[in-house]
Amino acid sequence: MKQSLVVVGNGMAGMRTVEELLKIAPDKYNITVFGAEPHGNYNRIMLSPLLAGEKTQQDIMINDFDWYTQNEITLHAGKEKEVVRIDRKRKIVYGKDGTEAPYDKLLLATGSNPFIIPVPGKDLKGVITFRDIQDVETMIAVAAAKKRHAIVIGGGLLGLEAANGLLKQGMHVTVVHNLPVLMNRQLDAAAAELLQKELESRGMDFRMSANTVCFEGDEHMHVKSIKFDTGETLPADLVVMAAGIRPNTTLAQHVGIYCERGIVVNDTLQTYDPSVYAVGECIQHRGELFGLVAPIWDQAKVCANHLANYGIGIYKNKEVSTKLKVTGVDLFSAGNFLGENDSESIVFQDPKKGIYKKVVVKDDKILGAVLYGDTVEGSWYFQLMREKTSIADFRDTLLFGQHAKGDAGHQGVNTAVSMPDEAEVCGCNGVCKGDIVKAITSKKLFTLDDVRAATKASASCGSCTGLVEQILVATVGGNYNATPSEKAICRCTDKGHDTVRAAIVDSKLKTFHDVARVLEWKTADGCHVCRPAINYYLVCAWPTEKVDDSRSRFINERVHANIQKDNTYSVVPRMWGGVTTPSELRAIADAADKYQVPCVKVTGGQRIDLLGVKKEDLPHIWKDLNDAGMVSGHAYGKALRTVKTCVGSEYCRFGTQDSTGMGIALEKMTWGSWTPAKVKFAVSGCPRNCAEATIKDFGVVAVDSGWELYVGGNGGMKVRVCDFLVKVTSDAEVMEYAGAFMQMYREQGRHNERTAPWIERVGLSAIKAELVDNPEQRRAYHERFLESQKHAQVDPWAERASQAVEQFEFIPLTTVQ
Amino acid sequence: MSDWIAVGDLNDIPQMGARVVSTPNGDVAIFRTRDDQVFALRDKCPHKGGALSQGIVHGSRVTCPLHNWVISLEDGEAQGFDTGCTATYKTKMEGTSVYFSLNKG
Ligand code: SRM
Ligand SMILES: Cc1cc2nc3c(=O)[nH]c(=O)nc-3n(C[C@H](O)[C@H](O)[C@H](O)COP(=O)(O)OP(=O)(O)OC[C@H]3O[C@@H](n4cnc5c(N)ncnc54)[C@H](O)[C@@H]3O)c2cc1C
Ligand code: SF4
Ligand code: FES
Repeated sequence: MKQSLVVVGNGMAGMRTVEELLKIAPDKYNITVFGAEPHGNYNRIMLSPLLAGEKTQQDIMINDFDWYTQNEITLHAGKEKEVVRIDRKRKIVYGKDGTEAPYDKLLLATGSNPFIIPVPGKDLKGVITFRDIQDVETMIAVAAAKKRHAIVIGGGLLGLEAANGLLKQGMHVTVVHNLPVLMNRQLDAAAAELLQKELESRGMDFRMSANTVCFEGDEHMHVKSIKFDTGETLPADLVVMAAGIRPNTTLAQHVGIYCERGIVVNDTLQTYDPSVYAVGECIQHRGELFGLVAPIWDQAKVCANHLANYGIGIYKNKEVSTKLKVTGVDLFSAGNFLGENDSESIVFQDPKKGIYKKVVVKDDKILGAVLYGDTVEGSWYFQLMREKTSIADFRDTLLFGQHAKGDAGHQGVNTAVSMPDEAEVCGCNGVCKGDIVKAITSKKLFTLDDVRAATKASASCGSCTGLVEQILVATVGGNYNATPSEKAICRCTDKGHDTVRAAIVDSKLKTFHDVARVLEWKTADGCHVCRPAINYYLVCAWPTEKVDDSRSRFINERVHANIQKDNTYSVVPRMWGGVTTPSELRAIADAADKYQVPCVKVTGGQRIDLLGVKKEDLPHIWKDLNDAGMVSGHAYGKALRTVKTCVGSEYCRFGTQDSTGMGIALEKMTWGSWTPAKVKFAVSGCPRNCAEATIKDFGVVAVDSGWELYVGGNGGMKVRVCDFLVKVTSDAEVMEYAGAFMQMYREQGRHNERTAPWIERVGLSAIKAELVDNPEQRRAYHERFLESQKHAQVDPWAERASQAVEQFEFIPLTTVQ
Repeated sequence: MSDWIAVGDLNDIPQMGARVVSTPNGDVAIFRTRDDQVFALRDKCPHKGGALSQGIVHGSRVTCPLHNWVISLEDGEAQGFDTGCTATYKTKMEGTSVYFSLNKG
């Protein structure tokens, strides 16, 4: 029989929890919701644009009344439905008008109350807060009545958004702040000054470091002025209190649920009463209070999990970042942006353009950041901060941002706000800005993952992720669900890549289903994201054992050929170091004729692609190529692809070393190895670098006295020039470094992460420390690589051409006439 | 009315995998889940015609090999935010013999 869940508070936290619950356990509860506001569930964040006239009430609804009906949720909404009493013994909730509802589980999501500064006159008419739709309606009504003077108490995020809205409604606005710095919880003095100047230029007035003595009223008990301790008095037709919020614990305290500053909950969002859970701004978790939605989304997820009796997931508080929603003002802050004793601030200032950027760094890790005027890099700094990435290697270019590097596919645009609706954001999937905005508003999306799933924007190569995030922020408001610090591999789990990998080794897990069981996967068989990732981690951890599961591989790796748009396949034989022979070419030509290959193409990787081969022909064409001495080129795999070479000293008049020979030797050593993502090598015979070695995962450039080794290059979606690793003198050293680098990457890179992002994540220094500064470790990596290669260097084509392996992949089960 | 067509033995289909049956009306993919349920779908993704038989099977769903749409084996519907549907066919088992019917299921 269904149990009953009663939710008190029809706001963002409560309904988000219900949505999460419906996703995972739609039939577990009969749900009843009490809300003291006469509306469905709306996006409170958007009250600011609503006030500014940039959105309508309809725009900001997350779930209208129909949604409750469709999901069979009983909604009691309105002032008279406010819950005033709970009988915890009999488990019944009572609304003000006597409406009652019994519960098995109760969820408190009562939000918070605006703080009202305790001065005489605070109860006068016209002194209001900025918390709900009704407040906004009042403000708009006052403005429409041609009353002129608005006072906003509080120069924080909320206060400035209120002030901006009132200004837009045509009022004259004075912001009263008790400190000299605006938004002091988000900004340092320098950024705050720029902000204040900008707002002043729009017509806003400020009284900084001001202390309010009282509000004075007229004969109708309506506010008419504000008085400061300096004696100054200003006229006031409307006063908006935006001086902070306090968790709304009234009801919880009234019914004896343990509260301190907020309703105290444990890591599962349970209160001291085991049948009662609480989420959102009303709670206190490990001493912390909440005022932004990003952590609340996480709470909702964890709480829903426990309400569903899944018993997994604990809530951990994370860093948040903030953004001011005043159109035309670009501002970002995160973390500890004021710094502490031994931290350093890296600062960029361009007063003419109104740009200010400060990144606070300690021990080469980012502690916090404030950006004003140019906030494109905000999410990058935030990510570096949460991942605790060392910035030692790019400290000098840190403030110029990640976009100093090239991005393919969206014309180098880096700021979404100014893009027109029809501009293409995601070049892979042809998604325009307007499509994304429309999906976000019509499908009520809040997270990057949802936007990806719904629009496909940034779902393929990911290079437009920053733009999509910006559009999301601009559309739903300040804090959507930013990337969590340990990003879960996929929706099947809360665990991240590194945790899973460590568990595989520590607990000696050998199959996907072992991993899923031990790490409490939420789905029975995982999905197309986690299965291949875990399969790779297993293959890497247990090279000598048969752990590879073809069912967990994408079709390309399963049948060792690249699937094409028409479901045919391509065949690319290995051409060691880009060198071929007349007899190989003849065999390729014969095969192309025999199997009627529609297209023969020279690839960008110095070899030949036979495109459009029918699946059932694959084993046969492979056999023919095998017979001529060729093996699979792994053009389909997360594996070593090509080793590109130039002519080198054998023929070229400038060549200093035998780059072709070196390339062949490297390819013979590294082919067949499975890697987190594809790996490309190149060897150039002199610094003219005709093999483009400095944009490869591992690049070798010959110089007169030996070889220079480069790592972490990428010529694809986001061009990244290699980092210089080391210079060596002997061929043997090149081989040892190459093997060691491969193995280190194999052991540390996350599935689907090429060497370029891997190096950006862990830092070049970390790689040098293990490979260059520690010869013993380098040798150990190299040896582990060679050991695993002993088992990996089996030509998959030969296995299948000889009909020994997985024949069923290539022939129909049967044919029906 | 069902015209059951024998397609082969359950053990000829890999668990969490699929095999193709060629028919005059195009290919049909016969899926086998980890718990040995058998489903038959038209081997054509509602998105851009990807061969679903080549996808990764998880639970009673398959991920299309071309652009990762996830299709339910039970009713052929695209999951998540994607919309589209692939025809499904009835299946039955007798012992380990697998049958399906070209009449839409
Ligand atoms: C065949 C080839 C194009 C050609 O005709 O020249 C090719 C074809 C494909 N590339 Fe490529 N790439 C080819 C050279 C390159 C190069 C140039 C190079 O290797 O020097 C690059 C840029 C260099 C680099 O990788 O840093 C390149 C960067 C990509 C990327 C972007 C990778 C990145 O990290 O940014 C992808 C997408 C991916 O891997 O996710 C990709 C993906 C693909 C796929 C496999 C797309 C897919 O998943 O189906 C294409 C298969 C086409 C097909 O229908 O068979 N291909 N691809 C080239 C094969 C080389 C070979 O001999 O193996
Ligand atoms: C103007 C404004 C702008 C904001 N901008 C941002 C931003 O840019 N970024 C960001 O991250 N956050 C922002 N926030 C904060 C964000 O809106 C809150 O963090 C979030 O709404 C908190 O959700 P909640 O469910 O805990 O509380 P609420 O959304 O306030 O929901 C609580 C609900 O419970 C109801 N209630 C309370 N007691 C009872 C009772 N006894 N019976 C029945 N119902 C009851 C209330 O009426 C209310 O509807 C903003 C807030 C405001 C007001
Ligand atoms: S071959 Fe590469 S660049 Fe060309 S269309 Fe395919 S993935 Fe894109
Ligand atoms: S064809 Fe199946 S996802 Fe595109």
